[in-house]
Amino acid sequence: MMLKEEVGMLRQVPLFSGIEPAKLKLLAFTSDRVSYRDGQDLFRQGDEGDAAYVILSGEADIIVDSDAGPITVAHVEPNSIVGEIAILCDVSRTATVRARGPVETLRIRKDHFLRMLREFPEMTIEIVRVLANRLSSTTAELAEAKSNHH
Amino acid sequence: MEPSLLRYIWTHTWRQQLWIVAIVVLSMIPYYMSFDLPKLIVNGPIQGGGFEKPGATQTFMNIAYDFPLIGHVEFFSGFQLGREQMLLALSMVFLLLVVINGLFKLYINTYKGRLGERMLRRVRYQLVDLVLRFPISHFKRVKSAEVATMIKDEVEPMGGFIGDAFVQPVFLGGQALTALIFIMVQSFWLGLIALAIVAVQIVLIPRMRRRLLVLGRERQLTARELSGRVGEIVDGIGAIHINDTSNFERADIAARLGRIFKIRYDLYQWKFMVKFINNFLAQITPFLFYMIGGYLALEGRLDVGQLVAVIAAYKDLPGPMKDLIDWDQMRQDVQVKYAQVVEQFTVDRMLEAKQQAITLDAISPMAGALAAVNLTMHDDGGAPLVEHVSFEVHPGDHVALVGTAAGGADSLGEAFARLTQPISGRVTHGDSDLLDISESVTGRRMAYASSDVSMFQGTLRDNLLYGLKHAPMRPKTYDEGGMTQRKWEIAEARNAGNPDFDILSDWIDYESAGVKGPDDIYNAIRPVLEAVLLSRDVLDLGLRSPAHPARHTKLVEHIGELRSALRARLEKADMSGMVVPFEPGSYNREATVGENLLFGAATGPELRGKGLAENPYFISVLRESGLGERLYTMGLDIAEQAIELFADLPPDHPFFQQLAFMTPEEIPTFQALLQKLKGKPFASVSSDDRAAIIALSFAYIEPRHRFGLLTDELMKKIVDAREAFYRNMPDDLKGAIERYDPNRYTDAASVMDNVLFGRLSHGQADGAERVRTMVCEILDEYGVYDEVLDVGLSFNVGVGGRRLSGAQRQKLDLARAILKRSDFLIINRPLLALDSRTQDQILRNVLEEVKRGDRNPAVLWVVSAPAMSQYFDRVLVFDGSHLVGDGTNETLRSDNAIFKQLVS
Repeated sequence: MMLKEEVGMLRQVPLFSGIEPAKLKLLAFTSDRVSYRDGQDLFRQGDEGDAAYVILSGEADIIVDSDAGPITVAHVEPNSIVGEIAILCDVSRTATVRARGPVETLRIRKDHFLRMLREFPEMTIEIVRVLANRLSSTTAELAEAKSNHH
Repeated sequence: MEPSLLRYIWTHTWRQQLWIVAIVVLSMIPYYMSFDLPKLIVNGPIQGGGFEKPGATQTFMNIAYDFPLIGHVEFFSGFQLGREQMLLALSMVFLLLVVINGLFKLYINTYKGRLGERMLRRVRYQLVDLVLRFPISHFKRVKSAEVATMIKDEVEPMGGFIGDAFVQPVFLGGQALTALIFIMVQSFWLGLIALAIVAVQIVLIPRMRRRLLVLGRERQLTARELSGRVGEIVDGIGAIHINDTSNFERADIAARLGRIFKIRYDLYQWKFMVKFINNFLAQITPFLFYMIGGYLALEGRLDVGQLVAVIAAYKDLPGPMKDLIDWDQMRQDVQVKYAQVVEQFTVDRMLEAKQQAITLDAISPMAGALAAVNLTMHDDGGAPLVEHVSFEVHPGDHVALVGTAAGGADSLGEAFARLTQPISGRVTHGDSDLLDISESVTGRRMAYASSDVSMFQGTLRDNLLYGLKHAPMRPKTYDEGGMTQRKWEIAEARNAGNPDFDILSDWIDYESAGVKGPDDIYNAIRPVLEAVLLSRDVLDLGLRSPAHPARHTKLVEHIGELRSALRARLEKADMSGMVVPFEPGSYNREATVGENLLFGAATGPELRGKGLAENPYFISVLRESGLGERLYTMGLDIAEQAIELFADLPPDHPFFQQLAFMTPEEIPTFQALLQKLKGKPFASVSSDDRAAIIALSFAYIEPRHRFGLLTDELMKKIVDAREAFYRNMPDDLKGAIERYDPNRYTDAASVMDNVLFGRLSHGQADGAERVRTMVCEILDEYGVYDEVLDVGLSFNVGVGGRRLSGAQRQKLDLARAILKRSDFLIINRPLLALDSRTQDQILRNVLEEVKRGDRNPAVLWVVSAPAMSQYFDRVLVFDGSHLVGDGTNETLRSDNAIFKQLVS
């Protein structure tokens, strides 16, 4: 898969959908293509977050360690991004992401990502918009959950 | 050292000085004869004196003497020669004398030069010898650059003077006297005039030169201070940058240079003034000769031949006179310099020479206990560091010293290592003061490490083994030519009072590292490096560096097996995709286009980097294969994409690290180049522009850059071009490249590249690390792990070890200390650059490692964290300068309030 196709994939990711292609191309070029085999971890819960991953192909499980042992809480599909929270707010990984079958990813390093945000405000605004959307939907869900609870 | 220079020179060289004086006196005979001859020639054959009658002859070479008692004895009656024959014979004698005088001069000068150089060697050696014996506290006050200047520059003029010290006055004085006597003999009055002027010169000039000496001394001191300051600037460059004080330093240096300039300018003014007066006086004499001598000749009281001889002889007087005065000046100048240097090197409490006497014998272990007896130490400001401390460390004890910050524990460590001297009390071993024990005992049976590490420029190996180099243990064997050279070196060293230890001998004391010799030294090095957690660093250094085929023979020999073993191992672990091997007939997608074209490692500049795209033979290969145009198009594509991606970014942007094709500075150049080349057919592009663009394509790796520029057809073309490149390669290029060969070691490539014989696949998670682990395992299995360590140990650590990280330096220092299997290991807050978890790990490793091979040395460890004392049998607790607790970790924890507080 070449740079052009990667740019196409990145545009499918909601976080990057509003960003102009030239910037996405730079992001793709400065990122590493990393492939994982079945069962290999992209990162582990508790690790320091140093990169975010865009899944280009394949699927991966999101696993959280609990008192009752590891639980798979979700799984991610192509065109989704994982690990972005940890690089935005300096917390350690909140879950383990493990490849289910072979997985191709684009690994975006933390410093590169932050640098892009600083240099291209339009990208930052786009990210803020996506995160705000997420927050409002989470808030709505929370409100709904609370009203159901009562 | 002897404070008077002349006496110093006399003591060491009186035999040679006497010899040379004798030769000089001997040389006076032909010298004087050559004065007399011109007169004989002019008066005799030329003017016809004694040849008044035609056919008259004179006797030549009549050798006859009048002896007392015996009377007249004639040895040879001589030849009878006519006027022309006499002229020829006398001229020949003149020529002979010229040759003899010249040969004498040659011999004398060479002899003096050698004498001077030997003495210079002796002086320099003695000064360094003194530096090696300075008490350590003295080094707090001296600047290294100043000491270096004194030894190198300030004694240098002595070398020139030493040869002349006694010869010159005799030689020049003799010459001047000869000339003067000769003039006297010819004409008493003219002689008297010359004598009077000479007397004025001798009295006046040295007086005028006294000021020159004062200025000279000032010049010496200011120059020495300057080099001290320059040394300080170099050493403290970090602090200068951090504090923005570079201009303060500039001002300081400028002020010093100004002062030096003033002194030197003053010196010139005086020097040339004195010269002027001296020349003037010297010229006055011939003026008087011409006037008075001429007058006397006109009067007929002096014959013309005499006057010519006087003037010819006078020609030889001002020269020696001037040189004689110069000699005196030089003598005073050098004496002043010498006295200055000697004063600087005269230090109290100098170590005695016998303390450092070399010994090749094995030193028996230090059996008794090491003890501090009522020890008190102060810092330079007089504040107490340790007060009235007494304790003993017995062989085999493991003792931890724990202290509050800035307490006495570190100072005790230093006192046990003899780095600082106590104010009162002492450190003893058995009955003797530790300070009185020879260094050959303490340096071999005791070891010391701290966080204050000094490294010497050289390889890691040199620095690691430094603690074992006490004496030339194994003499080097020489062939015949080498032996002659070596014998000469020994003789010369003795002539100059230098030691004749052979630096090329093997100085490493293998027994003291617990091994037999150079072949099994790695049995000692490996566990030590493991213990201080340095082996990985060294191994990685080795993997990244090229090996020395002559030294690392096993690696070279087994490279084929190593490669296939790795291949098999990768296959077995289902990781064969992680390394893409080089195969002679196919394209390696993980390598650059350039590598694929060359399929070898460039060993010279001809085929490296940009040189490749400009190499005429390479260009011809590209042209013939039709690849030139293809790569050119590819290069244009790369340039366009790179500029599109990066043109907006500032040049210092970190993203540029990802751009392998060009530097940020080159982007505008390529932008302009693209504009210029747009739409231009390949055939009309200049060869320089072609090379610049084609060179871009060489760095391209498809899986990494992902521009989508490689097709199967292009890859095949590149492989074909590679074959063509090697098929017709001209001889002069054959030395510039080493072709990849699956069964042969590539000298120019790193060890890792050699073992991989391929490229790591891009984008495999943890690929590099997993492959590395596998490579290390294989190296170990094939018994070449030690050789790769050895490659790593060949790394040059730079000045003061600055090419290593601080942590690596401290680990190396500790490794050096434990490599020497000592009886007392003193470790003073080591590894401060490391985090406490790693420090803890290394501490436990070291305590384990020192016991290897049934040994049980005493360990005295000033720990950096009180909790570390749990690994020791016995703990000494310091509160400030006082020893307040001595016991096991457990008892102290329950009984000792201060220890409890420290540990909590």
